Amino acid sequence: MSTTVAGIVFIVSLIVVLALVHRPLGDYMYRVYTGTRHNRVERGVYRLLGVRPEVEQTWGVYARSLLAFSVVSVIVLYALQRLQDKLFLSLGLGPVTDHVAWNTAISFVTNTNWQAYAGESTMGQLTQMAGLAVQNFVSASVGMAVAIALVRGFARNRTDLLGNFWVDLVRGCVRVLLPIAFAGALVLVAGGVIQNLAEPQTVTTLTGGTQAITGGPVASQEAIKELGTNGGGFYNVNSAHPFENATSWTNWFEIFLILLIPFALPRTFGRMVGQVRQGHAILAVMATIALASVVLTNVFELAGNATVPQAVGAAMEGKEVRFGVSNSATFAAATTLTSTGAVDSSHDSFTPLGGMMTLTNMMLGEVAPGGVGAGLYGMLILAVVTVFVAGLMVGRTPEYLGKKIGAREIKLASLYFLVTPALVLTGTALAMGSAELRASMLNSGPHGFSEVLYAFTSASNNNGSAFGGLTVNTPWYDVALGLCMAFGRFLPIILVLALAGSLARQAPVPASAGTLPTHRPQFVGMVVGVTIVLVALTFLPALALGPLAEGLV
Amino acid sequence: MSSPVLPAPGPARGPKRNGRIGGGLLDPKQVMRSLPDAVKKLNPATLWRKPVMLIVEIGAVFSTALAILDPSMFAWAIVVWLWLTVLFANLAEAVAEGRGKAQAATLRAAKRDTMARRLRPGSAAGDGSAKDRSVGDGSVGEGSAAEGFTWDVVGAGELRPGDRVIVEAGEIIPGDGDVIDGIASVDESAITGESAPVIRESGGDRSAVTGGTKVLSDRIIVAITQNPGESFIDRMIALVEGANRQKTPNEIALDILLAALTIIFLVATVTMQPLAIYAKSVNPGIADSVALGADGVTGIVLVSLLVCLIPTTIGALLSAIGIAGMDRLVQRNVLAMSGRAVEAAGDVSTLLLDKTGTITLGNRQASEFQAASGVAPADLAEAAQLASLADATPEGRSIVVYAKQAYGLRERQAGELAQAAWVPFTAQTRMSGVDVDGRQVRKGAATAVMKWIRDHGGHPTDEVGHLVDGISASGGTPLVVGEVADGKARVLGVIHLKDVVKQGMRERFDEMRRMGIRTVMITGDNPLTARAIAGEAGVDDFLAEATPEDKLALIRKEQEGGRLVAMTGDGTNDAPALAQADVGVAMNTGTSAAKEAGNMVDLDSNPTKLIEIVEIGKQLLITRGALTTFSIANDVAKYFAIIPAIFAAVYPGLDALNVMRLASPQSAILSAVVFNALVIIALIPLALRGVRYRPSSASKLLSRNLYVYGLGGIVAPFIGIKIIDLFVRFLPGMS
Repeated sequence: MSTTVAGIVFIVSLIVVLALVHRPLGDYMYRVYTGTRHNRVERGVYRLLGVRPEVEQTWGVYARSLLAFSVVSVIVLYALQRLQDKLFLSLGLGPVTDHVAWNTAISFVTNTNWQAYAGESTMGQLTQMAGLAVQNFVSASVGMAVAIALVRGFARNRTDLLGNFWVDLVRGCVRVLLPIAFAGALVLVAGGVIQNLAEPQTVTTLTGGTQAITGGPVASQEAIKELGTNGGGFYNVNSAHPFENATSWTNWFEIFLILLIPFALPRTFGRMVGQVRQGHAILAVMATIALASVVLTNVFELAGNATVPQAVGAAMEGKEVRFGVSNSATFAAATTLTSTGAVDSSHDSFTPLGGMMTLTNMMLGEVAPGGVGAGLYGMLILAVVTVFVAGLMVGRTPEYLGKKIGAREIKLASLYFLVTPALVLTGTALAMGSAELRASMLNSGPHGFSEVLYAFTSASNNNGSAFGGLTVNTPWYDVALGLCMAFGRFLPIILVLALAGSLARQAPVPASAGTLPTHRPQFVGMVVGVTIVLVALTFLPALALGPLAEGLV
Repeated sequence: MSSPVLPAPGPARGPKRNGRIGGGLLDPKQVMRSLPDAVKKLNPATLWRKPVMLIVEIGAVFSTALAILDPSMFAWAIVVWLWLTVLFANLAEAVAEGRGKAQAATLRAAKRDTMARRLRPGSAAGDGSAKDRSVGDGSVGEGSAAEGFTWDVVGAGELRPGDRVIVEAGEIIPGDGDVIDGIASVDESAITGESAPVIRESGGDRSAVTGGTKVLSDRIIVAITQNPGESFIDRMIALVEGANRQKTPNEIALDILLAALTIIFLVATVTMQPLAIYAKSVNPGIADSVALGADGVTGIVLVSLLVCLIPTTIGALLSAIGIAGMDRLVQRNVLAMSGRAVEAAGDVSTLLLDKTGTITLGNRQASEFQAASGVAPADLAEAAQLASLADATPEGRSIVVYAKQAYGLRERQAGELAQAAWVPFTAQTRMSGVDVDGRQVRKGAATAVMKWIRDHGGHPTDEVGHLVDGISASGGTPLVVGEVADGKARVLGVIHLKDVVKQGMRERFDEMRRMGIRTVMITGDNPLTARAIAGEAGVDDFLAEATPEDKLALIRKEQEGGRLVAMTGDGTNDAPALAQADVGVAMNTGTSAAKEAGNMVDLDSNPTKLIEIVEIGKQLLITRGALTTFSIANDVAKYFAIIPAIFAAVYPGLDALNVMRLASPQSAILSAVVFNALVIIALIPLALRGVRYRPSSASKLLSRNLYVYGLGGIVAPFIGIKIIDLFVRFLPGMS
């Protein structure tokens, strides 16, 4: 089998399996979030938290609960890192430095999982399990909760209530993430991923040197790392490490886990608004962009349009031999199309245009299919903007799913899509404007610039993958990227919840022949167009000076 | 409810061809006239209402300063075109306003300072008919008449609501009000442009008079209802001038989107600077260019890029589109009290239409004679004609006409028959007829004639009952013809009176359905009749035996379901429904209460106009959406012009983006700026006229507009910029 054919089989099999699974999983999540019964575990948690699960919240209360929960999470995670040497299972590692601890706390609470540290040599077992792994679950569940709240805004009429944040949070963890992650971890163990609490083993290498090999609860973390589109690896090299990602088929399985929930949520959305075809349309937008991106990344990588790859015959630098070019490219596309940020290869070593694809995927706002929950709400915001412009062209005040898109709605949607580009571009400009900060760049010229641009794009979009090459565990980068992650996560969330509140209050407008149909290929094409044009217009100057300058020769 | 009588519903004035909405074209003379206004609008204090253009102006000022400090041909060319961009935007608005101003001038001419004869309190007006009273010559100071009228002559400006004035033939009505006594024909051409006079009378639904109109005959007493300066004509002037134009909800929403895009592009251009400086610094061997130096992208080029990217096209034309939309309504003789109402018209999903005058011709007409058994059809026709000669109602006339058309019966005049005793039609007897040569003939409402037959000893057969029921069931009105001859009373037959649906209504309603608008016919008829006419006209639903309360309830019900409702009305009892409807069009012939309650007034009093109003509302929104899409789509090409122009020197690979093969960086940047400015001028006529609109489904409309304005918006600037570059490259300083 040639590499190209292998790559195609790899991608097609992923598509087939995702197509089969998205429907039952989407329906299941629909039942999870619309059900009225609470199981015993959940009731226990509510009692512990002092929450009355049957009381619904307005958007303001929902947002405040979410923010309060996140602030507490940051504090706990920060404390765990700073005090790990005083607690147990520390592996003898000392406290994490203050700026790295802050950056990491923000990073895991915002579902970014940017790692300004080397996993196995910084974090003890307790921090990994009670801190980072817990956030892998809850931060993902927070994202889903926000998406569900927005969908309720579309589905409900004449109400202020959007559901109960605590219920959504707990259900997402208990009923969706935990069972799938558990099963996923078993599969990964079967594939050779390790799961233990062993002390580091010191081995003598072939060259005669010594190496300390850290064991740990890797498979369990790995499963939720991908499933929750988190991306924070147990090991510094993330999914390139054989203990995290042993074989080509675990690589396939990890990509599957990454895409599983984001591609199933549109189905949940369709069920909740009572029009499955609307979910299909959103899914089609995501799938179109994702497929185009995966194919382009593969094409650029396989063509190997750069000096070194052409000299050696393939763009293998920075890629694991057990995965090969195509599977690495597909993983890279999947991880940046979602907010995962796990990597099984070094994006820094990609061909310039292949690297540009990973950047562009994130710049799209990670909506195709995006992070768990975050992808859906980001895509719905884009649909709202599209409806606004297109809706005018059919001669009516724009409406989406029976809700009018008026001044308040468009204000919230506009602010939403302002936040991330502003953070990315401002952060990049500040970093590039100072000679001292430029010293962090490993390369100079367009490639060095791409490293900085990638860092801010990844942090602001809550992706968490690193291009590499850039030394980011300096106080300035830790703080700046931490701020980008925090604002890039919570400002959009607040705006989305406000939008949900405003939509839920409206009375529905019945659909007629004069209403813009939002379930046809026409609309799908338009949302794809708007997404790409908006991103292209915002980021073209930056991309031109980075990957394009390097890649167009 | 009553139907409007004058003027007869006819084709709307103003340009309307092939069923599509046209509008004014750009007249060079008008552009020249608007130029001074456009220059005045450069004042930032007025320009802040258009934030996108304010940014352009700030950029232009900044560039001018840079050009003065470091003059070059290129810099000055850019500066000139930046200023022209702002000027063109102002011109669009000024031209749109100019058309309204012309209209206002005509109205002002009607608003001469008239004198009024104000009745003194206690004067005897209103206690009887004002007819046949002569009024003394009281043209100066004060006066009195034999019937006890006394008045003061005051200026129209001194009249206050509640004052009563007396107006005679030849005089101008001094202010808005209601006729409380008398009847007069009034020339309202000053406001409606319609030269046929209209009747205004006290009581009923035709009592409202408008200040500035002229009484042609008779004398009326008017109770003033408005303070000076708030009169209808004043409001009209303010409206067409756009003096206190408020932004409509959708305009505000669009403004927000444009502001957000502007901010994004501002961030994108400003943050480019450190990246540019870095890019230049890592390629030290490359000489400075007009676009890029050691300090980064030059100020003028940065401004050019920003101006090209922010949505200037729609930002420049947005207000002109709104003004022109109102103007298109005015051209059709409809006054919208707010832009909000025009916008709502585009969203209307339920249209309430009065049957009479809108869907059907005003009156029922005879369409068939059904003879009773044993009666020759010709005899029935002859009797029907004879009985109807004394019936002056339109229905009665139609029987005479039908008898002539269908049976060749010569129309006889009432005077032809000697010793005939004519029995005219009255609302009480509901019959008309004649007694001649010992024969009595009657025609009229079924119950009335049947009773008359029985009173004369006759016994109507069951057959007649069946005929009557059959006609009723088909939606028609049965009139029974009976005679008493030789002491024997019998029914001769039944006349079928039928509502005649106006031509082309079914097609209009089909169009409406395709646009997603539900049409509901409102009628006072019984449900049977209503159903038949509704079926014939092709409306979606009907409300029979409608009272004003029913109408209001229907509107509320529709609105509960999230639908927007439009209706027309003219009577005082329509006022609550007009106020409740999202778009309430009052007929100018109607009462002041109706005109106050509605948010539009149709000066032609043509209820069919509602359909056109909806189309204009839709066209307004489509024009906004189309130009926004066009504006954003344009940006793609501008990037392809400017980015390689700035950076190809340091990163030669980027020259691949110069797909238009523009001559030099200078000519590329200048061409993009020139295109950006010219496209505003090119689109002014479209903004004023509105995008072509033909009723069809949302999906079809969208496809078409997406191709034209989306795809066209991407392609057009590539061609436009290339063409401009072919000329600009020959300017000095372009290489």
